[in-house]
Amino acid sequence: MKNFFTNMKKSTKNHLITYAGIIVAYAIMQILCGTGVASNLIKGLLVPICVYSIVAIGLNLCVGILGELSLGHAGFMCIGAFTGALATKLLYDYIPSKILMFLIALVIGTFFAALFGFLIGIPVLRLKGDYLAIVTLAFGQIIINIINVLYIGKDEAGLHFAFSNPNAINMNEETGVWLINGAKGITKIPSISNFTIGVILLIVSLFIVYHLVDSRTGRAIMAIRDNRIAAESVGINITKYKMLAFTISAAIAGAGGVLYSHNLSTLTATTNNFGYNMSIMILVYVVLGGMGSFRGSIIATVILYMLPELLRGLSDYRMLFYAIILIGLMLFNWSPKAIVWRQKVLSLLPFGKKGEKGKVE
Amino acid sequence: MDFITHLINGISLGSVYAIIALGYTMVYGIAKMLNFAHGDVIMVGSYIIFLLMSNVGVPAIPAVIISIIVCTTLGIVIEKIAYKPLRRATSLAVLITAIGVSYFLQNSSLLLFGSDPKVFSSVVNLPSIKLANGMINISSTTIVTVVVCILIMIALTLFIKKTKAGQAMLAVSEDKDAASLMGINANATISLTFAIGSGLAAIAGALFCSAYPSLSPYTGAMPGIKAFTAAVFGGIGSIPGALLGGILLGVIEILGRAYISSQLSDAIVFAVLIIVLLVRPTGILGKKLHEKV
Amino acid sequence: MKFKKLMSMALVGVMTLATVAGCTSGQSSNKDTFKIGGIGPLTGPAAIYGTNVMNAAQIAVDEINAAGGINGYQIEFKAQDDTHDAEKAINAYNSLKDWGMQVLLGTVTTTPCVAVAEKTAEDGMFQITPSASSTDVIVNDNTFQVCFTDPNQGTASAQYIGMNEIATKVAIIYNSSDVYSSGIEATFEKEAANQGFEIVSIEAFTDDTATDFSTQLQKAQSAGADLVFLPIYYTPASIILKQANDIGYAPVFFGVDGMDGILTMDNFDTSLAEGVILLTPFAADADDEKTQKFVAEYQKRYGEIPNQFAADAYDGIYAIKEAMEKTGCTPDMSVKEIGEKIIPIMTQIKVDGITGEMTWNANGEVSKTPKAVIIKNGAYVAY
Repeated sequence: MKNFFTNMKKSTKNHLITYAGIIVAYAIMQILCGTGVASNLIKGLLVPICVYSIVAIGLNLCVGILGELSLGHAGFMCIGAFTGALATKLLYDYIPSKILMFLIALVIGTFFAALFGFLIGIPVLRLKGDYLAIVTLAFGQIIINIINVLYIGKDEAGLHFAFSNPNAINMNEETGVWLINGAKGITKIPSISNFTIGVILLIVSLFIVYHLVDSRTGRAIMAIRDNRIAAESVGINITKYKMLAFTISAAIAGAGGVLYSHNLSTLTATTNNFGYNMSIMILVYVVLGGMGSFRGSIIATVILYMLPELLRGLSDYRMLFYAIILIGLMLFNWSPKAIVWRQKVLSLLPFGKKGEKGKVE
Repeated sequence: MDFITHLINGISLGSVYAIIALGYTMVYGIAKMLNFAHGDVIMVGSYIIFLLMSNVGVPAIPAVIISIIVCTTLGIVIEKIAYKPLRRATSLAVLITAIGVSYFLQNSSLLLFGSDPKVFSSVVNLPSIKLANGMINISSTTIVTVVVCILIMIALTLFIKKTKAGQAMLAVSEDKDAASLMGINANATISLTFAIGSGLAAIAGALFCSAYPSLSPYTGAMPGIKAFTAAVFGGIGSIPGALLGGILLGVIEILGRAYISSQLSDAIVFAVLIIVLLVRPTGILGKKLHEKV
Repeated sequence: MKFKKLMSMALVGVMTLATVAGCTSGQSSNKDTFKIGGIGPLTGPAAIYGTNVMNAAQIAVDEINAAGGINGYQIEFKAQDDTHDAEKAINAYNSLKDWGMQVLLGTVTTTPCVAVAEKTAEDGMFQITPSASSTDVIVNDNTFQVCFTDPNQGTASAQYIGMNEIATKVAIIYNSSDVYSSGIEATFEKEAANQGFEIVSIEAFTDDTATDFSTQLQKAQSAGADLVFLPIYYTPASIILKQANDIGYAPVFFGVDGMDGILTMDNFDTSLAEGVILLTPFAADADDEKTQKFVAEYQKRYGEIPNQFAADAYDGIYAIKEAMEKTGCTPDMSVKEIGEKIIPIMTQIKVDGITGEMTWNANGEVSKTPKAVIIKNGAYVAY
């Protein structure tokens, strides 16, 4: 067994640690929930943490590995959430198993998010840096804006669509039901996601990104990030690999969206939950967790998502403290003085290896 | 006639965006960071003017001047505490810190000033101009905003072209390390840029809230994003670009709302932005990016 | 990288803290006070509504406690922030459950309320929302509203304009990204077909474009509208009134309950609102004793004049009191027991509050009479 570990590639070992960490955390949480020790608040936070961890992994693939700043990943999450929830609303009565239903919604949601990722990627990936960032932000806002004026209803005659005016839908008022009702979004979505599904989805997403990054494809993508011209000169097909990474990244965000929409009974598209505010929020998780480090993304998500919830006791000062902690963490993480100080302190701690240099990218 | 009115409304909205975008684009050009807290500095500046005018009874012009001083100081303090230690970090780290500062400003304003929206008294109290037998009406705020916007642009351009500090800014924006080697104090130059940018934010706040007189701790967020869009539209880092981008954005927003759909005006603005960037990947007046191996 | 280790340690710390916090807060319910929870946006752009609700609820609770409580027991009230987001509302709900909440006043806004209503239905908790006005909120039996439903307001407004022949050409400006506003707009438009006026222009804005209304006003003016229907909150309405004044457009402006609060906005030039008609159940300057006492207390504590949200919340607490007193609830009863007792009684009680005399039907919808008021010399006058 020891041999097995020492002979293993460093990256594989690293990945196994992440998986093991998740499974251990999952087991602990299950025990705590089962024995009734965990509070309602904590129980309620579990699925959202999975959601944002998944989306953060997706965004990290785009920002950390591909090296393109996206401010529109919440938009992909939104597409996944809406298409997934719509599928569930349409098919729930016909499909006996909840797990199967969720899987179908997941496939549909992920597919549409990937499709949009692909379509948006074609024009967007020609741009660079902050221009790319603003265009992704723009797409996110367009998606929200359109969903807010979209009306879809269902009655015995089939589906009805209307744009911008709900009275124009021509639906049988007695028997018809709204599937998407403009700004009200989708309501009465069956809650078929749970912590176990969330963790499985998280592990699957991790598996996909780890596998991708370790593969030839992953090395090509990182070569593009590190030096596009050099990568091109050795014959790497820039467009193909960029598109691939961006589409997978969007698909993972979409999967997170499906999980999100099946956790709440209502789904609306606002700037806060799917707009640039959310995209930025997830970007914060990714940057703080370390670009390119998927484990870091998950850890940062857990800490930063729970923080404002645990600060609830501070009532009015809650978000102010959150802001201060955020600035403090960034300074602590990146400022040269803090790094020197950290090394000094850490070398005094028993587990700190002396002489290791803090790495700043 | 309607079209002309819509156009004027568009220019009016656009010039407000432009004035915010000027601050945005300057900071970006020199410090290479997206200062997401810029919109919130605008909000703080507006609150200061509001408090001075409504509660203390200070006249408009002195209130604006005090606000400029306070915002400049605020800008310098923020830069010193939150951004300066990260000078050598990745631009993303600074972006996140800026977001933290933005949350901080919003939430401290919420605690200080309360959540109830205030009605901002216009700092411009001149009669509006009526043209074509009163068919066309141009409010004085619009005229003042456009004039101030152009004046600021000219002043900034002259400042950068003619003064030593301006030349230093240009040098730092081209290549920070090389500029330092030439004896330019890059840190001081960046701090100066923040000071000027924040001072501009105070002016922008005064004009924005005069045109759209409602003030809450979240007033700055959306104009901030719109101005960022405008700055990118015109070519981020370019001062005339910010003016052009801002005005075009305003005109497109209003015309889109008037002739296509008022529900989708944001979608229209962003769609035009995407199309423009696809044709000109660095904005209308943006410099071409050079790629080095 | 060392930082990761620190982060991992922080993670472990946070997790332990979280579970420990959970242990202590959940079990410590003392059995001699009622615990009422409140959920609403206390930060974020919608904070004004949540703050008003929570402040007013606290006033009502303090009044009741001073007068001897409910059935002789004191009440505790605790407010939690949902930032006007469904997911955060669920978190707030769970956190209140850990605190020992027995009855919920909330949530303040519609979308979070729909999500929370699903949870309260599962738990059998009695829920009364002061201000979430969509009909989607009250689909479950355990949820009641203090405010009017959106369809109700839309229809009532159209009928009112039609019956009193206030106008012949009507323009609408509404917030298409807001559930409340788009809900009222849709039913208003539907009912307008049965009335003797014509809708000449329907223009929208969104939360992200709620600053410039010049285009919408211009189009209403060009279409010759003599009445502009504003099913929106008072903040954008105040800008609309100013911008209409700037372009010299002076139609009749007709608002709904969200318009209430416009006169008391800090620094608002009330002459702009001259002639505005609105349907509202509450007027902060009404001369009945109860309203005056409430408004005075609110002003004393928070330095602001309460709006309609506050009034609905105040009445909501009194509705809870009434129902609990009728059924003889005691604080040692579980959430479900209280729910089972007071949910059926809600249709039988009558509460004479500051927003009028209220009764409820089995759907959870309130019945009270909106007053049509017109603003004259900066004050409401019965129309």
